[in-house]
Amino acid sequence: MAVKEEGAGSMGQGASPADRETRLRALFTTMARIRAFEDAAETASQGGVSAWGLEASGTPARVRGPLHLSTGQEAVATGVCANLRRDDLLTSTHRGHGHTLAKGADMTAMMCELFGRATGTNGGKGGSMHIADFSVGMLGANGVVAAGIPIATGAAHALKLARSDRIVCCFFGDGAINRGPFLEGLNWAQVYQLPVLFVCEDNRIAATTPTRTMTGGDGAAARAAALGLATLAVDGNDVEAVCDAAGDMAAEVRDGAGPRLLHAVTYRFKGHVSVDPGRYRDPAEVERALQDDPLALARRRMDELGLGNEAQWIVDAARAEVDAALAAAESAPFPDPSRAYTDVLDTGAGRWA
Amino acid sequence: MGLNTQSAVETLSYAQAAASALAAAMDADPRIVALGEDLGRGGVFGQYTLDGEPLAKRFGPERIIDTPISEANIMGAAVGMALAGLKPVVEMRVIDFALCGMDELVNQAAKNRYMFGGQGRVPLVARMPIGIWTASAAQHSQSLEAWFAHLPGVVVVCPGTPQDNHGLLASALACGDPVVYLEHKELWSLRGEVDRGLDVPLGRARIARAGRDLTLVTWSRGLQESLKAADELAREGIDVEVIDLRTLWPWDRETVLASAARTQHLLVVHEAVQVAGFGAEVAATVAEELGCRVKRLGSPRIPVGYAPTLEAEARVDATRIARTARAWLGR
Repeated sequence: MAVKEEGAGSMGQGASPADRETRLRALFTTMARIRAFEDAAETASQGGVSAWGLEASGTPARVRGPLHLSTGQEAVATGVCANLRRDDLLTSTHRGHGHTLAKGADMTAMMCELFGRATGTNGGKGGSMHIADFSVGMLGANGVVAAGIPIATGAAHALKLARSDRIVCCFFGDGAINRGPFLEGLNWAQVYQLPVLFVCEDNRIAATTPTRTMTGGDGAAARAAALGLATLAVDGNDVEAVCDAAGDMAAEVRDGAGPRLLHAVTYRFKGHVSVDPGRYRDPAEVERALQDDPLALARRRMDELGLGNEAQWIVDAARAEVDAALAAAESAPFPDPSRAYTDVLDTGAGRWA
Repeated sequence: MGLNTQSAVETLSYAQAAASALAAAMDADPRIVALGEDLGRGGVFGQYTLDGEPLAKRFGPERIIDTPISEANIMGAAVGMALAGLKPVVEMRVIDFALCGMDELVNQAAKNRYMFGGQGRVPLVARMPIGIWTASAAQHSQSLEAWFAHLPGVVVVCPGTPQDNHGLLASALACGDPVVYLEHKELWSLRGEVDRGLDVPLGRARIARAGRDLTLVTWSRGLQESLKAADELAREGIDVEVIDLRTLWPWDRETVLASAARTQHLLVVHEAVQVAGFGAEVAATVAEELGCRVKRLGSPRIPVGYAPTLEAEARVDATRIARTARAWLGR
């Protein structure tokens, strides 16, 4: 499932067991697709960057440069985006594959972008860190922490002036709340009562630094509350809980109640980038987090509902879809060098050197 | 109300000229909004005031948007607005404050179209006035136009007259690209004839004064001082051609090269620090293309001081321009 379809979103009153099955099946499908996509991208990125004490390998990686994986965080993107319409807008972080897939972007076009191919969502101009699909309202991953927040408020401002019932969903991480745009943007959204659902996707670590060691006070929700925003905290590894919480908040935002902040606590299984082994973390902490794998949790729920076989089919289908995307990306051409000079400016377009 | 669609020539201040152009564009295009601090009262320089009334009265608070003191969010929100279908005018009051919104301008507005592969456009006009503002010292007196000329993804405009502040703002609002629009802090009250029907295209310089002996290229307030210097030099028999570049990016190489080819002498004058200023780009291009003599005159590489004696050291005024030209030509 990508974005709100039949069976998605908050369960609300009077939902039947069949409704829950339908929704869980859809949510698990999105999570499995994100996991499969990122696992494949991770493999394709090995040897691509010399950093973290590693050398770039002699065999060039197919996914080059920084690849920020959201492995372990799939329930947040999935549960939130299940409550968004296709024409709602979304701003993302540098760790945005999950948001992009969950918002409905085409997996093959995304893989092509990671491979830097002309057929990518961005024509090969952005790569993983700038992945975007405006056709589904996904306004872009961003290489600068917190940078999506002001953009989200502006997009929401435009929607409000247009008397639209569309909303904007703004994902950011726990590290972003220590940047100024977090304060400026939340205040702005509150002052103008804008239709923004802010989602703090709290994976508890900012690059390699535990966020709690660098954050005063009680974190994202407390800061948002101080600016007058209604907030909600949720277990970010429980996709059904995220979906319920985000569904309630998205409905309020869509009804014109002003901005809301959802604080979803989760965990980043991988290092900061795909080639970062993350040795700075306590292995016991990582082990505990793996026990809380949001996919494993969702799968246990499916087992309980007698949907165990279906869960396996979903995982197999996701892997097959990724294999096809990898093959397409592998065979797609790189952009022609002339494309380096397009999409810059219309005024004074050209080479100038 | 201004006679926005008519071609009547009126005497307007530099501030009124911009307000008039903005009002006409807003009348014609409902997607245009303006946002910034204090706009509701007409802007602190009257640049959002027309016929004695704040533009907010005419267009309402939803289109002339008063904002918190949040430069990063003002600029960033404008990017989001643009992506969602509006054409925002960003008011930063002075370029020195715009520095609080640099990620939003440099990494976001300027990069969006390219890095997302042309999926979106960011048609915003960021008004960020440059120049020395008398007695306002180091943090209110910078001329940073070269920073933005160096930045792929933005147009850079430096109007030097009321006419150009009308025509260039109209062109900037129409162009669809991100525009760094650099008015000058000390030109707001400058009055001059404005023909509202006159098209002033981006990227086209203006020969403000024809001459045979020396090509003097300048922009913004440098134009006013250069014209004074040219008058002084004319009395001494030195005939200076003054070119107002008007747009720094894209800049009008053809007009400059044609003039320098005739005079074989190029002097570039700007109020910005001379070191690594845009004058270096103009001078280097002329030297590369024509092999003729080139010279630059800008501010020393010092912050602008408060005391009049210190501030004067940073100013590039008519006297200094004339002295430089005279010495260089050996007169």
